[in-house]
Amino acid sequence: MAEENWITVAKRSAVNAGDVIGVTLGEREIALYNIDGEIYATDNLCTHAFALLSQGWLDGEVIECPLHGGRFEVKTGKGLGPPINDDLKTYPVRVIGDDVQVRLDA
Amino acid sequence: MNVAARHILIVGAGHAGGVAAATLRQAGFTGAITLVGSEPYPPHERPPLSKELLAGVIPIEKTYLRPLAFYAENGIAFRPGETAVAIDRKAQRVELANGDTVPYDALLLTTGARARRLTLRGADHPRVLYLRDIADSLALREALNTGVRVVVVGAGFIGLEAAAVARKRGAAVTVLEVQREPLQRVCPPEIGRFMADLHRRNGVDLRTGVALTAIEPDGDALVLRTADGGAIAADVVLAGIGAQPNVELGQAAGLAIDDGIVTDEFGRTGDPQIFAAGDVTRHFNPLLGRRLRLEAWQNAQNQAMAVAKVMAGGNQPHAELPWFWTDQYDVNLQIAGAPERWSELVWRGTASDKAFTVFALADGKPVGTITMNNGRDMRAARELIARDRAVDPARLADPKVKLQDLAREN
Repeated sequence: MAEENWITVAKRSAVNAGDVIGVTLGEREIALYNIDGEIYATDNLCTHAFALLSQGWLDGEVIECPLHGGRFEVKTGKGLGPPINDDLKTYPVRVIGDDVQVRLDA
Repeated sequence: MNVAARHILIVGAGHAGGVAAATLRQAGFTGAITLVGSEPYPPHERPPLSKELLAGVIPIEKTYLRPLAFYAENGIAFRPGETAVAIDRKAQRVELANGDTVPYDALLLTTGARARRLTLRGADHPRVLYLRDIADSLALREALNTGVRVVVVGAGFIGLEAAAVARKRGAAVTVLEVQREPLQRVCPPEIGRFMADLHRRNGVDLRTGVALTAIEPDGDALVLRTADGGAIAADVVLAGIGAQPNVELGQAAGLAIDDGIVTDEFGRTGDPQIFAAGDVTRHFNPLLGRRLRLEAWQNAQNQAMAVAKVMAGGNQPHAELPWFWTDQYDVNLQIAGAPERWSELVWRGTASDKAFTVFALADGKPVGTITMNNGRDMRAARELIARDRAVDPARLADPKVKLQDLAREN
C-alpha cells in the first residue's frame, strides 16, 4: 500500500491506556483506542444512532455506545447484539515515533 | 418450562413482537411462527418516532428492526395490517378482525400501549394529535413547519422530544405542564428544571402548573383555555400525556390485569400457553422485588428476548435494572433504576455543568442514577446500583474517584 495513504491523526501520548479518544479527519470521525498499549481505530459514529463512541465506555476490548448501550468489538468492529445491526468500520493503525497513523482507504 | 409448541403465535408486531420472533429462531425454535400486527409496517423501534423520523432526517425504513424480507427468510409468517380481536383459550386460537382464525400452541401477547387521549371539551378536534406510532409521527411532521403554532400538552419524554424537534423545524412552540416541573414522574425536580431551562433557551414557551380545560375552534385555528383563565392560540396541538397498555384482548380472555397484563419474571401469564412481553406487561422484576410496567426501548427489546427464550425452552428469568434515555437538542439524558423516591441525592458535578451525573440513594445504597450528557458514567452507575451495597456519599460525589473503581472495590 502506498506510503501516502497513512495519515497522522493523533499523538501516541494522547491516547492513554484503557482510554478512547475521538479525532476528526475531514468529514470522517475516527475513534482511537488504547488496549493494553496497542492502538486501534474505528469509525467514531455508532452504526445505530448519531453518537460518538469516543464518549462511551471502553470495557476491555469492547466499546459501549454512550447513547443507547450498543456494543462493538474494537479489534474487529463486530456489533455485539441489539440495538446494533451493522458492524463498525475499522482502520489499520501504525505508530511512527509519537505519531498515530491510520489508513483510511483500507 | 418447555411449552413444546409447534406453532407460536405472536400478537402485536411492534418492537417486542419483532424481537421475540427473531429471538425464537436464534434460540433454535424450529416450529411455525406467525406474527400478527395492526400496523402496515414491519416491527420497528419507537425512539426515532419522536426524534429523527419526526425531524425528517431518516427514512421510515431506518426504524425497522430488520428488513421486511427477514421474516419470510426465517420462516416467520408476518401478517401486517391485521388486528386480533379475540382469544379462544379453550380452543387455543385467535380471531382476527377480518374473520380469520389462527390456531396456536403457545401465544405471545406483545400488544403494546397506546397514547392516552385527552378527554376535555373539544379534544376530538382533528388538529389535536398524538405521537405513538409511525403514522402519528408522519402526520405530526406534516404539521410542524416554520411559524406554525404548536401547543404541546404534557412535559414528559414524548412532549419534550417533540417540542425540541418542532423548534428545529421552525415552529413556535408552547408546552403546557400541569405539574410544577417537567418529567416529574421520573426525575427529581432539579432535573426537571434543567430540562425546562434547556427548552426555554431554545425558544420554547414552557409553562408549568397550567391545567388545560378546553380546546375551542377559532376560525382556521384553535384556542386552548386554561384553568387560570388564559387563552392560547394554536394551529396544532400535540397531546403527550402518557400511554395506556393495550390489555383488552387479554382482559376479555380472562387473564389477570393490573394496568397491564400481569406476568412473572418469565413472561408467563396465568394460562400456561399464554405469555406476554413489552409495554403491555406488568411484570415481576426480581432485582426490585416488585411488579412494574415500563414503556421503554430496553424493556421492549430485552424482556421480549428473555420471554422468547423461555418459550423456546429456556429457563432464565428477565432481571434487569430499568433504563431509559431521551435525546433533546444536544442533550442526552439517561435514567437507570426505578427509585420509588429520588432522595438522598448525590451529585457528581452540578446542574449548571454541561455534563453531570446524579445518584439517588436509599439507606445509603444507590438505587437510581441520572446522567446528563454523561452516558459514559452509565455502565459503572448501573453496576453500583446492581451491587446493592452502601457507598460513601463523599467519595461518590468526588469526580476524582472513578465510578468503575467504586463499583468494583470490596
